[in-house]
Amino acid sequence: MYPSRFRYEAPRTLDEALALLAEHGDEAKILAGGQSLVPMMKLRFAAPGVLVDINNVAGLGFHEETPGGGLRVGALCRHVDLEHSTVLPGAQPTMAAAAPLVADPIVRTRGTLVGSLCHADPQGDWASVMLALGGSVVAASRRGRRTIPVGEFVVGTFQNALEHDEIAVEAVVPAAQGVRSGSYLKLERRVGDFATAGVAVALESVSGEIVRAGIALTGVGPATIAATEAAQALVGSTLDPDVVDRAAELAAAVARPRTDHRGTADYKRHVVATFVRRILTAERAPAGAAA
Amino acid sequence: MTATAEPAAGSRALDEVKIGGLGSSRPRVEDARFIRGRGNYVEDVTLPGMLHMEILRSPLAHARIKSIDTSAAWAIPGVKLVLTGEMAAQRNLAWMPTLSYDTQAVLATDKVRFQGQEVACVVAEDPYIAKDACDAIVVEYEALPPIVNPEQAVAPGAPLIRDDKSGQADNIAYQWEVGDKDGTDAAFAKADVVSKLRLHYPRSHPSPIENCGAVADFNNATGKLTVYMTSQAPHIVRAAVALIAELPEHLIRIISPDVGGGFGNKVPVYPGYVCAILCSILTAKPVKWIEDNTGNLSSTGFGRDMYLDSEMALTNDGKILAVRYHATTDQGAFFADAQPTKFKIGLVHSSFACYDVPVGHITAQGMYTNKAPGGVAYRCSFRVTEAMFFQERMIQAAADDLGMDQAEFRRRNLVRDDQFPYRTPFGFLTDSGQYLKCLQIGLDAIGYDDFLVEQAEARKQGRLLGIGISTMTEPLGAGNSREYDILGIKMFDSAELRVHPTGKAVLKIGAQTQGQGHETTFAQIVTHELGIPATDIVVEHGDTDHTPFGMGTYASRSTPVAGAATAMVARKIRAKARKLAAHLLEVSEEDVEWELGRFFVRGAESRGVTIQECAMAAYSNMPDGMEPGLENNAYYDPPNLTWPFACYIATVEVDPETGVWDVLRFVGVDDCGVRINPMIVEGQIMGGLTEAYAMSNMQFQTYDADGNLVGANYMDYLLPTAWETPGFELHEVVTPSPHHPIGAKGVGECAAVGGPAAYVNAVMNALRPTGVRNIDMPLLPDRVWHAAHTGQDVSGAPPFRTE
Ligand SMILES: Cc1cc2nc3c(=O)[nH]c(=O)nc-3n(C[C@H](O)[C@H](O)[C@H](O)COP(=O)(O)OP(=O)(O)OC[C@H]3O[C@@H](n4cnc5c(N)ncnc54)[C@H](O)[C@@H]3O)c2cc1C
Repeated sequence: MYPSRFRYEAPRTLDEALALLAEHGDEAKILAGGQSLVPMMKLRFAAPGVLVDINNVAGLGFHEETPGGGLRVGALCRHVDLEHSTVLPGAQPTMAAAAPLVADPIVRTRGTLVGSLCHADPQGDWASVMLALGGSVVAASRRGRRTIPVGEFVVGTFQNALEHDEIAVEAVVPAAQGVRSGSYLKLERRVGDFATAGVAVALESVSGEIVRAGIALTGVGPATIAATEAAQALVGSTLDPDVVDRAAELAAAVARPRTDHRGTADYKRHVVATFVRRILTAERAPAGAAA
Repeated sequence: MTATAEPAAGSRALDEVKIGGLGSSRPRVEDARFIRGRGNYVEDVTLPGMLHMEILRSPLAHARIKSIDTSAAWAIPGVKLVLTGEMAAQRNLAWMPTLSYDTQAVLATDKVRFQGQEVACVVAEDPYIAKDACDAIVVEYEALPPIVNPEQAVAPGAPLIRDDKSGQADNIAYQWEVGDKDGTDAAFAKADVVSKLRLHYPRSHPSPIENCGAVADFNNATGKLTVYMTSQAPHIVRAAVALIAELPEHLIRIISPDVGGGFGNKVPVYPGYVCAILCSILTAKPVKWIEDNTGNLSSTGFGRDMYLDSEMALTNDGKILAVRYHATTDQGAFFADAQPTKFKIGLVHSSFACYDVPVGHITAQGMYTNKAPGGVAYRCSFRVTEAMFFQERMIQAAADDLGMDQAEFRRRNLVRDDQFPYRTPFGFLTDSGQYLKCLQIGLDAIGYDDFLVEQAEARKQGRLLGIGISTMTEPLGAGNSREYDILGIKMFDSAELRVHPTGKAVLKIGAQTQGQGHETTFAQIVTHELGIPATDIVVEHGDTDHTPFGMGTYASRSTPVAGAATAMVARKIRAKARKLAAHLLEVSEEDVEWELGRFFVRGAESRGVTIQECAMAAYSNMPDGMEPGLENNAYYDPPNLTWPFACYIATVEVDPETGVWDVLRFVGVDDCGVRINPMIVEGQIMGGLTEAYAMSNMQFQTYDADGNLVGANYMDYLLPTAWETPGFELHEVVTPSPHHPIGAKGVGECAAVGGPAAYVNAVMNALRPTGVRNIDMPLLPDRVWHAAHTGQDVSGAPPFRTE
């Protein structure tokens, strides 16, 4: 477990970090929590010439609400910050459900949500959550800033849409159009295991009627999958059982799982449907009671 | 509870538990350094001028080596040596013998035979450079078709894996049988019911937290070779190095410092050790080799990978008439089981030892495949884990086939207390036990009858609850010397005890702790025999220059064998101390009585001397003609194995929609004879039940059709954490071993051996309405779901299905 030789840089400001990226181009890699990058380097699956450690850059560890039920998550906000956040409960139910399911407590003290999006692992939990929420990533470079929707940011297995000179400085959840509800379910064989299958559901409703819905799937395809049709089937509904069944079927239909040591493809597809049904059935109960 | 008698009223004997003797749960001596980070592992050993070795491993499962180009590796600054099989062959070290009388490649010369096999190694100034240089070696392979299971191994046209062995025309490593075939056939002819079961016990790995590693230090000035290594059996390694490498034994010193877990993985001599020694000889420098996780998981001794095809002959009223089965072992590329028995398949025929079975017959066959070699390791006395799992799965299937309650079926067939010593159908002699009592304690603790009611109620609501039982005895503590040896050296063990003038003592043993707590418990045995407080005794082991010859620690043998040697040497010391006491008390030896910690004059109890006073006298006031000093040694050859008993009961709930199952409760009843340190015993049991849970639930190694190993890192090879491991409710029964000096039996493996069947039987019990007979371990959610939905058994045998 000995990585290849690399140069280590620890800039203290974002400008310095961006300058290093501009200088070294595709030779350089950002080190955030290191929970994906360091194992890959030790296995020599990754061998960056220059490691730009952004952990000393001030002002990136935040997460904060924005008006109308939105949220900003800085590049150094750790999984554990979100797990123990006082901001998420109630306001961000899908994120609050996911935070304690990401990796294990040890990894959560270092790993970051933004790093997880950048890593673009199809088994990463945050990408599904942010995709379901219609979130986006803010990328900065010396050339300026741009905002990239998560659906366009995660472009493939371990591939993101950043240019070599860009740093993802924050992830953004947009304001809600109604009352937020939703959840995240993950089937794992053990704490700290990646998902056999995971389902993120993010709903916004007005008087019990769904006005916006997002469903995204973890670990059942070459990248995080948006179950757009399944989500669309919910809009305008009050999550009646037949709607729930239809959404579950549509979500399972877009899953593209592979048979591997975590389970057969059939099984994973079945779990997707089961989880969609479980989340939506649980959501319907309080909504129905309020109506 | 222990076998220690209460001191009589008016006695001045010391309170044994207070001074840390038998029955005292004194804290582990080892923990003082371990929890402070002050342990000393091989990785911590640093010698002046030390170089670092890294191994290049095969990416392919089966391939002919066409060429190896090391020139680019040699060219890297800091590289001192690039060793290939061809170079090792010049020293006659490209191959080495295994403990199962086969040969194993040290560095591949002709072919690679499994993924992860050692192909070359590099020695460099630091481990980074060594790794760079490994990456720079260019090996040209010609791929050959891989074989990943026994069926493929015997298929017509199967490639011959061991074309290196003259006279080896097929992929069969061995064939073996035991029992009475004709008697068994006759019993089957009379059966009312024949119950059949087929299954695969998956490959698992001991996965010690510390991988293998060594610092080999050949001093070319003195000719002495010192090897620091992670070995469970340093004395055997010294003998092996002397016999195989033909180095003089008095110039070989093996030091096992603190060992971070072994579980059987650290008994054999692996190619990495041979390479490190050879590299140190060639460079005349100390050479450190530290294996990485993937190296450990993909090339060192695994456990299980065995197939069962079984039948049981039964009467309608629930008596077992006979058992017969065929077992097939997947040995990997070399037959390298590290086991000392005369039996090709280890102690698999210890199965059914706890049941009153009149007759049985077992046939077995071992196969070469393109997988890592090994096969008996992992907290297991040479395949008793498979033996007991097969047994308990067959017992449950038989009870189901008879339509009989599984507890009642066991009650009708377990060996009764008055049948000991009991001769099993396969020739073992079990020593003692109270099997029915243990079973009843377990059933009462779990609330068996109430659970059956709850289960029936839950079923009406579509909830799947299940209860599984596993009862077993296993043979622990090899030898006796008649049947067990390694390289011809008999399976005894040893202890050497020195009592210093002030009454403090040093005990040196031939066993080797890897976490079992020998430094704690072996002192307690001395305390029991001599009344010297345990805190006044230090236990040393693991340095062949300074400890007596012993066969090491595995197969739960330390307490049965080295523990017995410890009791025996302490008794020799006490015998001499008695003479000293008689001298001090000015009476004849016959008038001296012993109670814990002191000798006294019979009839005048107040006139006495302590063991410490005797110790001082041994150096300062010995009688005329007596040799000074108070030290001795003992070599102990056990008359028989010890046979602990265990009853494990699990209750589970299966989620029919996802196949996920949770343990509701787990009850364990262990009878391991006299408990020296009850806390350590419970720790051993909890650890074993955790590993049993892992095997039943999540943990396995498998291979895809190309021979790629799945489970070569700790993201794929799952170790359970505190989060998912269930809680255990432990109970004890004490039936002393009649032939062990302090009545102790082995316990280190019981829970890992007997535990898996309890979990699996519980899940199968929950699924009983579906008609499923077997799901191979681990009972992964998708396997359980498929079985529940199709009503079909699910096989876990390789090749692993991928898309
Ligand atoms: C044992 C273990 C179990 C795990 N289990 C799970 C799990 O169950 N679910 C899950 O979702 N994840 C899991 N992870 C991964 C974990 O969540 C990581 O923290 C996460 O994937 C990456 O975040 P990081 O901050 O550690 O990123 P790093 O490892 O530091 O970086 C990952 C990649 O993203 C790039 N990067 C990081 N930050 C930025 C940035 N701001 N701008 C541009 N590029 C950037 C890096 O250059 C690198 O290529 C697990 C990890 C481990 C070690």
